[in-house]
Amino acid sequence: MALQDLCNFGDIFQESVGTARNVMAVGQRKSCSYATGVALSNSTSLFHFYIPEACYLDESPIQFGQISTMQSSSGIPSQETLPIPSSLPESLPFTSSQVVPLPFPMAHGTTTLAFMFQGGVLAAADTRSSCSGLVACPASQKILPIHSHLVGTTSGTSADCALWKRILSRELRLYQLRYGRRLSTRGAAKLLSHMLHPFKGTELCVAATLCGWDGGEPDDGCRAHKGSEMDHGESRETTKAHLEKTAGAPGEKVSVSKTQSSSFTKQQCSRRKISFSGPSLFYVCSDGTRLEGSLFSVGSGSPYAYSILDQGVRWGLTVEEATSIAREAVYRATHRDAYSGNFVDVYHVTSKGWTRRTREDLKEEYYREKEKRRLERERRGTTFPG
Amino acid sequence: MEYLIGIQGPDYVLVAADNVAASSIIQMKHDYDKMFKLSEKILLLCVGEAGDTVQFAEYIQKNVQLYKMRNGYELSPSAAANFTRKNLADYLRSRTPYHVNLLLAGHDESDGPGLFYMDYMASLAKAPFAAHGYGAFLTLSILDRYYRPDLSRDEAVELLRKCVEELNKRFILNLPSFNVRLIDKDGIHDMEKITLTAK
Repeated sequence: MALQDLCNFGDIFQESVGTARNVMAVGQRKSCSYATGVALSNSTSLFHFYIPEACYLDESPIQFGQISTMQSSSGIPSQETLPIPSSLPESLPFTSSQVVPLPFPMAHGTTTLAFMFQGGVLAAADTRSSCSGLVACPASQKILPIHSHLVGTTSGTSADCALWKRILSRELRLYQLRYGRRLSTRGAAKLLSHMLHPFKGTELCVAATLCGWDGGEPDDGCRAHKGSEMDHGESRETTKAHLEKTAGAPGEKVSVSKTQSSSFTKQQCSRRKISFSGPSLFYVCSDGTRLEGSLFSVGSGSPYAYSILDQGVRWGLTVEEATSIAREAVYRATHRDAYSGNFVDVYHVTSKGWTRRTREDLKEEYYREKEKRRLERERRGTTFPG
Repeated sequence: MEYLIGIQGPDYVLVAADNVAASSIIQMKHDYDKMFKLSEKILLLCVGEAGDTVQFAEYIQKNVQLYKMRNGYELSPSAAANFTRKNLADYLRSRTPYHVNLLLAGHDESDGPGLFYMDYMASLAKAPFAAHGYGAFLTLSILDRYYRPDLSRDEAVELLRKCVEELNKRFILNLPSFNVRLIDKDGIHDMEKITLTAK
């Protein structure tokens, strides 16, 4: 794979094959590269995350997850399964290279949406998890917070999404610890996209929109807090203005010029700083798509949601208006789509982080609207059918 | 679904690509740029399977830039095209072939302008004009009819406009806008986007 050569994935796969694989060796190598602390020398360490047991990845990825009579010839010695880093969730399905058939058809039905506006980023989703005609869970959570200023909506296979979100959270936290600043949403999207790339062509299905607010100040202590806040505020103003003109295009060039005009010491410390700050929205799919935009809707109910959102979403919405149109879009989609329904979650991401609205039952919404229509009809005194 | 077109003139290459990023029946983005800048005078236009396009194009892009860093001078368009084709060919019979169709356009100091057509089977052809996508079926005959090797820049843009109007008229899918860029000895120039109103 092309990416293997670039990011030394090949080394990790080589190591994991064979009987004498020692997971701790990878851990040690990682810790050695941390000690040097120079960004350039461990530029590939960002990709030295734990690759799952690679024995099944030795086979064609197309065969994973499909019913097969093939028996694994190279059995894994039991000692290899022991030293799994504890940071991974217990429910990892990395049992053996024996191909496991899927227990039931996986779930893909959902309605999630996210859009940017002047008040930040708004994400909304329904809460129904379906399994080919059965509602497996009416109250699942499809919007998962990744860190204080980043949430991700999930669509596709629920288990895959939950797992990869957790892996992404871990990698972003590691990045923050290593480099002293939060990775931008753009970087997080690229990281997730590259992590999912080896699984292209398999049954893995993750379609996520990452909604975040960029622009945290680095905590290397070089910059005066006041100065960084001013700069942050300035770049946000300019970014917003630029965003108003061109939907969704980040004003990177404008922000850079602002940063360069600031104090000399700040420039010294923030040489590597990416100077974009403001709301950010990316769509990442396990088939490899990675798109930046200002409005996305994903899932089986997304066409219905798109038509509502396209009518009403503008940059200048207030938070209440934006919430109301997001709720309405999810409601209309759940009305028409069999695989979406039950409740609606709304998350709002601003410079101060994400906030969550109380979950609302869409059944109530349906009855409320029916009542409203009835009253309107009575008021008009006409006899429209239905 | 996607459309790429390139026209080579006496001292320039004109390229255009549509702006739609689609996912099954939905247009997810209306302003998506399918052109990748390999160097100051080389553009790679890339369409095909969802993740493969960006992965492959960025891989080529970074490798061309690495060559410049290592050796101090840039790859010529012909060398870049052959490098790209070699990579496509290497991955063709591997477990993970890249399903991408490419146009590489560039200007060389000694060789002049060049337009290279590559497809997912790792074929490579230097051509005076080329197109990818279903739209190519509709527009290649227009290019055959009106192309001359000594087209002026305005005439080339006019020819491009003719092709795009034909797509608007006869192509079943809606491709509302196109990015247009021109490469000559002074580098890559962004030209006015071609936007079509409803027919």
